[in-house]
Amino acid sequence: MAQPAVAASDLEARFSDILTPDTRKGYEGYIVKPEGLLAFAKALRDEYGYDYLSSVTGVDYLPNDMMEVVYHAYKITGGPPLVFKVQVPRDNPVVPSVTSIWPGADFQEREAWDLLGIRFEGHPNLRRILLWEGFWGHPLRKDWREPYYEGEHKPFKQRTSGPHFWHEDHSPFGKNVDYPPGFDPYTWEPETADQILYESVVQRTRKPEQEELHSEQVVVNLGPQHPSTHGVFRMIATLDGETVVALEPVMGYLHRNHEKIGERNTWIMNIPYTDRLDYITAMSNNFGYVLAVEKLMGLEPPERAQYLRVIMAELTRIVNHMWAIGFLLNDLGAFFTPALYAIEERELILDIFEAASGSRMMNNYMRFGGVVRDIPEDAWDMLVKLVTDRLPRKIDELDRFLTHNEIIKSRCLGVGVLTPEQAIALSTAGPVLRASGVPYDVRRAEPYGIYDRFDFEVAVRYHGDVYDRYLIRIDEMRQSLRILEQAIRDIPERGAPILAGKPQYQVRVPAGEAYGRVEGPKGELGFYVVSTGKANPWRYHVRAPSFINLTALEAMSIGNKVADLVVILGSIDIVLGEVDR
Amino acid sequence: MDGRGILQGLAVTLKHFIASYVDDFKRKNRYFSEEGVKYRSSPEVEGIFTIQYPEERRILHENFRYIPFLVYDEGEEGQRDIRCTACGICAKVCPAQTIWIVRAKDPNTGRPVSKPAEFYIDTTLCMNCGLCAEFCPFDAIIMDHDFEIAVYDKPDMVFDIERLLRPASYYQQIRPTQYAQKAAEREAKAKAKAARRGAARTK
Ligand code: SF4
Ligand code: SF4
Repeated sequence: MAQPAVAASDLEARFSDILTPDTRKGYEGYIVKPEGLLAFAKALRDEYGYDYLSSVTGVDYLPNDMMEVVYHAYKITGGPPLVFKVQVPRDNPVVPSVTSIWPGADFQEREAWDLLGIRFEGHPNLRRILLWEGFWGHPLRKDWREPYYEGEHKPFKQRTSGPHFWHEDHSPFGKNVDYPPGFDPYTWEPETADQILYESVVQRTRKPEQEELHSEQVVVNLGPQHPSTHGVFRMIATLDGETVVALEPVMGYLHRNHEKIGERNTWIMNIPYTDRLDYITAMSNNFGYVLAVEKLMGLEPPERAQYLRVIMAELTRIVNHMWAIGFLLNDLGAFFTPALYAIEERELILDIFEAASGSRMMNNYMRFGGVVRDIPEDAWDMLVKLVTDRLPRKIDELDRFLTHNEIIKSRCLGVGVLTPEQAIALSTAGPVLRASGVPYDVRRAEPYGIYDRFDFEVAVRYHGDVYDRYLIRIDEMRQSLRILEQAIRDIPERGAPILAGKPQYQVRVPAGEAYGRVEGPKGELGFYVVSTGKANPWRYHVRAPSFINLTALEAMSIGNKVADLVVILGSIDIVLGEVDR
Repeated sequence: MDGRGILQGLAVTLKHFIASYVDDFKRKNRYFSEEGVKYRSSPEVEGIFTIQYPEERRILHENFRYIPFLVYDEGEEGQRDIRCTACGICAKVCPAQTIWIVRAKDPNTGRPVSKPAEFYIDTTLCMNCGLCAEFCPFDAIIMDHDFEIAVYDKPDMVFDIERLLRPASYYQQIRPTQYAQKAAEREAKAKAKAARRGAARTK
């Protein structure tokens, strides 16, 4: 992708001692020396306008004995990214933390530490985030092998040719599981890990005057087994009276190392796996992934496929927002009546997905260069009816049903406020960012697919509270309907090709890197892939919006009452399948 | 804050509540009939839309996919002509790596032939992605509609070839469009082949 011309020449001249262009074939951006990273990052943010750090991740280049940290920074006013990388030796990978410049790097750096073992110097809280404290090793390193290890990549020989076996028989509990020295799983008590956790939270917030008054802060543990957490998620809240003074999200209960699985998979096998990230929005997940790989392959899907993708992605947005609003009301205590009204519409849309893709939720619909099959005629008729008649009516009804309700207002107005500055700095995305008054939408900021053809407005609300995060979802559904109407009108006739080239299960992906991002219903969903030209990705990273939006949870919660935590969490709209990956 | 918003909301609930009963009056076959199920999953539905499984069943779209099965054609003498040629593509493409195939051997020569002797799918692992069926060059493995596969013992969840085989007529019944389309494709291919042969002969 082209770099903005002004910044490029300027940057290179100014930082010539720490900056070199990345000249590897298929790569872009710059390589920054670790010692110059902070000065460079500060200048980028303050002088060049790259104030939005979208993605931070690491790559293990085992053959070169090198770890690389990859940053994607954007201007909040739109445009392409500035990609820069830091390379450090593999045996001692230490990189300065950019959290002081972009606080949104917090969780992402912790993730890179957790999974790749890259240490970020100056990070305020560099603990594991997805794995548990007793875990030994960093699983995304290329020389790390999982229990039940079967091979570097699929297809696994012994599974397709040997006799059938049960996997648990093949590798009983202990095999290939490493523990830290001196660690015994049978005598270990989880309290120690929890104590470290609690103490780190309390220490952070203890004030000297409290010691004098003999008043104490209370640590309250919400979750992980709590229905309001939308899965298995835990919030450790420190309270002063009833007011939250600090909050620490704990996650990873659903972690399965999606990225390691993805690196063992062939390129095409990853498409059904992306369905299982955020299982409410499988179509969008497919879209992001195929977009990244298509960038590497230089593939352009035919027109009809482009429209079908947009239609599916926008329907997914409606599905997701219906769901999010319904469950936000559950969190508020309006148990299931609003949720059921919302789910009814979702069911009808899922019927369309089922007809087109074969499955209601795990769609596996998109392919490199197009989509797997055309939408059947009966589903198309249903789609037209829904978009032109039923959905607008039902969205209005939902609006009438909820928006002016006094109880909702008094529970949501002014609760969980996130200022625009915070929202940008904390790298939030999607409805969370836009409800804070920042009109940033990837569909506009850096249009992908055919989004530049549609006439729609980027919904934006300005208070940054829970109420606005509810309203913005209603606004966005209406905008999605606008896009859908135009797509239905302009789509090429049935019979036009829906796939570039022939269906292939072994695709050739030229070596290089690519970052594909879409505006998923929950925010910017990005896929960073690195290919070495082989049958499977060398690196496969997901920039998960639910996960990164949680970085802002503490900022939203501080100063609010503990009773509002549940609805603040609900207003971010997370899905743990994506958070924990 | 005078409670007007709440009343407005309650009116919506009341409307939904009444709509169900009005619908019950208007439509005789609203429940326990195919027509009723169809109506309740159509964009026209008002009021309650729940489908009372298992007494009622959703009408699955023909593209619906669940655990795959293997197709055999019924031969003239009642024998089963298994379409699968044991080419192994499905086993290679399967993301969960659940398919295991053993090639049959010619009983006289002992050489492997292009038929499966054994064919297993470990349904504890199958993720119903449909990639196997999508890339099978012989239209031999097809995604099923039968989703009620609960068993008591775990080993029963590994489907062997006997469990997997279904006649082509079943395939035609659940997926008429796809069946017809694939049959037409095969026919066109065969015709083209014959034409080429014919052309070669006249040369
Ligand atoms: S089912 Fe199809 S793809 Fe699989 S081995 Fe048989 S012929 Fe090949
Ligand atoms: S549906 Fe998918 S997971 Fe199941 S056997 Fe076929 S390819 Fe494998």
